[in-house]
Amino acid sequence: MKKRVVSLALALSMVAGLTACGGDAATEGSTDAAATGEISADAYLSSDTEGKVINIYCWNDEFRTRVEAVYDKVDHTSDDGTITYLTDGTEIHWTVNPNQDGVYQKKLDEALMNQADADADNKVDMFLSETDYVVKYTDAEADVAIPLTALGIDPETDLADQYDFTKTVASDANGIQRGSTWQACPCLFVYRRDIAQDTFGTDDPDEIHAKVADWDTMKASGEELKAKGYYTLATYADTFRAYGNSISAPWVEAGSTEINVDPQIVNWINDSKEWLDAGLIDGNIKGQWNDDWNKAMGSQSKVFGFLLPAWGIDFVLSPNWDGAEGSWAVTDGPQAFNWGGSFIHGCSGTDNPEHIKEIMLAVTADKDNLMKITNDYLDFTNTQSGMKEIAEDESFGADFLGGENPFKYFQPAASSIEMTTLSSYDQGCVELIQNSFSDYFQGQVDYDTAKANFERAIMERYPEITAVNWPE
Amino acid sequence: MIKKDVSGVGRSFLAHTVLIILSFMCLFFFYILLINSTCSHAELQKGFSALPKGNFVQNFKAVANDGTFPMMRGILNSIIVSSLCAAICTYFSALTAYGLYVYDFKLKKIAFTFIMVILVMPTQVTALGFLRLITNMGFYDTLIPLILPSIASPAVFYFMYSYLQSNLQLSLVEAARIDGCGEFKTFNRIVFPIMKPAVAVQAIFTFVGSWNNYFVPALVLQSKEKATVPILIATLRGADYMNFDMGKVYMMITVAIVPIIIAYLFLSKFIIAGVALGGVKE
Amino acid sequence: MKMGRTISKAKWGYLFILPFFLTYFIFSLIPLLDTVRYSFYEYYRSGLKTVGPNFVGFDNYVAVMGPDFFTYLKNTFILWIIGFIPQIVIALLLASWFVDARLKIKGEQFFKVVIYLPNLIMASAFAMLFFTLFSTSGPVNSILMNLGLAKAPIDFMGTATGTRLLIALMNFLMWFGNTTIMLMAAIMGISPDIFEAASIDGCTPRQSFFHITLPLIRPILTYTLITSLIGGLQMFDVPQILTNGQGNPNRSSYTLIMWLNNLLRAPDYGRAGALSVYLFIVSGILCLFVYKMVNGTDDEKKPRKKHK
Repeated sequence: MKKRVVSLALALSMVAGLTACGGDAATEGSTDAAATGEISADAYLSSDTEGKVINIYCWNDEFRTRVEAVYDKVDHTSDDGTITYLTDGTEIHWTVNPNQDGVYQKKLDEALMNQADADADNKVDMFLSETDYVVKYTDAEADVAIPLTALGIDPETDLADQYDFTKTVASDANGIQRGSTWQACPCLFVYRRDIAQDTFGTDDPDEIHAKVADWDTMKASGEELKAKGYYTLATYADTFRAYGNSISAPWVEAGSTEINVDPQIVNWINDSKEWLDAGLIDGNIKGQWNDDWNKAMGSQSKVFGFLLPAWGIDFVLSPNWDGAEGSWAVTDGPQAFNWGGSFIHGCSGTDNPEHIKEIMLAVTADKDNLMKITNDYLDFTNTQSGMKEIAEDESFGADFLGGENPFKYFQPAASSIEMTTLSSYDQGCVELIQNSFSDYFQGQVDYDTAKANFERAIMERYPEITAVNWPE
Repeated sequence: MIKKDVSGVGRSFLAHTVLIILSFMCLFFFYILLINSTCSHAELQKGFSALPKGNFVQNFKAVANDGTFPMMRGILNSIIVSSLCAAICTYFSALTAYGLYVYDFKLKKIAFTFIMVILVMPTQVTALGFLRLITNMGFYDTLIPLILPSIASPAVFYFMYSYLQSNLQLSLVEAARIDGCGEFKTFNRIVFPIMKPAVAVQAIFTFVGSWNNYFVPALVLQSKEKATVPILIATLRGADYMNFDMGKVYMMITVAIVPIIIAYLFLSKFIIAGVALGGVKE
Repeated sequence: MKMGRTISKAKWGYLFILPFFLTYFIFSLIPLLDTVRYSFYEYYRSGLKTVGPNFVGFDNYVAVMGPDFFTYLKNTFILWIIGFIPQIVIALLLASWFVDARLKIKGEQFFKVVIYLPNLIMASAFAMLFFTLFSTSGPVNSILMNLGLAKAPIDFMGTATGTRLLIALMNFLMWFGNTTIMLMAAIMGISPDIFEAASIDGCTPRQSFFHITLPLIRPILTYTLITSLIGGLQMFDVPQILTNGQGNPNRSSYTLIMWLNNLLRAPDYGRAGALSVYLFIVSGILCLFVYKMVNGTDDEKKPRKKHK
């Protein structure tokens, strides 16, 4: 009986505790550094001595395999892939959470909020982010990603060979770079050689490029394909990134709480509807990353091509293709754009700054290492000179593409990419606008209902959004 | 329906037809699941097949050996959570029902009404506060918040209560007291055994509910070693293009339902018999 | 309550019900009060910044109680009712067959075990299977086309009706076994003498079903209705997985709990709190209504086991 009374009292005192806990932990990270303009490394470190455990948050084993491939201190990784042992006795602990449904970010955010209270060996030391939400973590005010200069990396010299847009993307509003990536993700038009032969009588990349040089030309060629019973593209979602990455202003301007839908997005909506109604896109495939989309990449499919980056060819197209090797080819699409990319960040409060610096330099700045990653994993890596070399290398060819050297096209595409219009709302906007207008494309709702549905969905995701402005 | 036996034959035929169709629908999904778990990712992409493929062992190995998805650990966690839930939930519900049924005290009616009221409350409503509470109690990322709250299960309580209403003779309790049996002992030694059928039914229902629960574990669990089966399945489904393997996902689901089917088949006799006895005589 | 037969040892009564109430107060009531409290605050996270909590009175309640609330409530209700009607009809039919000795159902045990099986699979896994089966390039479509029943693939999840019917079908499959078992138990509780007497008087099985069985199992039917209604209001995983959390097309399968889930995901504690409070009120009112409607003003027979 007494015990119960004690525990009840305990519970009651917790209620009292609850009311005091307002969630101020989030802002606990120091913001002094950004304010003074002077970046001192100490502000971001929790201890003077290098810790024995490096905790890295990520959503798959992609980064781990890259680290294993090029970081010279890696000794071995445990069989279950959760711990990588380094030769100096330090351990890398991988915390993997799925990206789907925002689980990764939720878990990471929780960890970041508890960062101040966590033991040294449990603090997040590094984490990864994707282009769609990198801004959320590089934000100067949140100050969770350590500026590279504070780690002893000078972007001007150490990262000189990286593509400029990757550096812009990883920088905060004041231009301070807070992350780095080993890859750039320019997209190309990947098409079926047999369908090209059947329709246009040629599968030569340059001649096919002429058929898809811009959206209008591509549409005209689409009619030819349609006459032969083929679809030009699989789904309206396939073209979204091309339009979405060429918006003239961010979805949400800094300091604003209003979403501005760019005219480019409206163009995407109108063009998609037009293409779908014209039968140039397969209406049965609703978006990417589903069964139907995967099947559209199989040999039974009637889909001519896809707009994909290097990783898309290797990890999406290639596993889904069940025909003969060499059936596909690449050429420049109607528009150069970037899709994807994983950034690595040092996490404020870490006790492993030395290792973070080493890993970051090894995986994202060392040309030889990057070339090794390209050779091993076919990533389009973040080295301008290296990619140029490989693009000019006549002997380099991908069997999947019938011996064609895709870098010949990727390289110039990457050089022309600019990404200056990111905001921390991109992920939600990109996902929800496609979702809301899917009904419109399918003829289930009219244009205005789709607009209203987008407004509803976006305000649910981001409570602070007060208005959505559409171009007239 | 002129002659009785003719209509009887007709009804019997209809009954069998409907039952066969429904059973087919029920079993169909298990069949698909099983077939799919024998397919490789590529085979699944190509389309549906009605016959098993040869990838069963390979898929099983892929699921069992992947460190990011500790399957065995997950199953073990789920077994721990679900069994403990089933055990404490049924025991304490029975105890509460007994307390409210047998004894007479001032707050009795209020207590009973209160439980009936909270029965209608959707679980999701308290999710927010629940997470904050267990974080403050230091139970975040432990299995405790998945188990302990099941002590208070209004639905199970009510089932137990009606069971007692129709199956417990108070003379039995009186007799035990006369023999000098303490109150607590009376419950444990005499009443609880009488409630066995009701306990079996609710044990399996609770076990199933807890085994398949995704909402609460997703809220409170963080580390891989603590993950329960539904969390692992969600992780597998969420794996992105690099290691996305539907064959693995189906295998994981298949593996995950095996323990529960065994538990069900083992207890199904009690369920059907138990419900029949279980105080639903109004 | 049978006061006369109870044994007066009050303190033991309190002691025995203590664990239940203690657990409830800690793990449900405190969180509930916490939820209610934050429903009066502006309190959300934007990126990594937390906004609030700032007291805003009933602002969240006003924000949540728009036309959308009733649309989603209606969706939820439609999804529930089109799944529940076949469920209760089939369950009644099966239950009456199972207890009817004259029918001599072969493999009765087998059927009784099998109909409960779908309840064992996780709802989300089940939804995933359905999604694959009914996709435009899925097996159901290829079977229909092979049989010549469809010329082009049917886009089941492309229309509001199609999606709703699929969700209803899933809920039906998952819960009809459970309901059958419950109803069977209720029917078995009826004294066999009544049926025998009716049979001697020349009652057909149909007559005895409508005039004897149904009225006598009314309390358990109420219970089934109420628990199913509560389950229906909480409908989440099935439409969530089947429609990728958006309730497409045109949010026609967007349920209240999916909305709550999206608010919690943001996370917007204030509006989620207000919605939770509304949900609680709605479930209370609905249950009271159904209860009064079915049982008139009679005794305290109330729900027993939660299910959809």
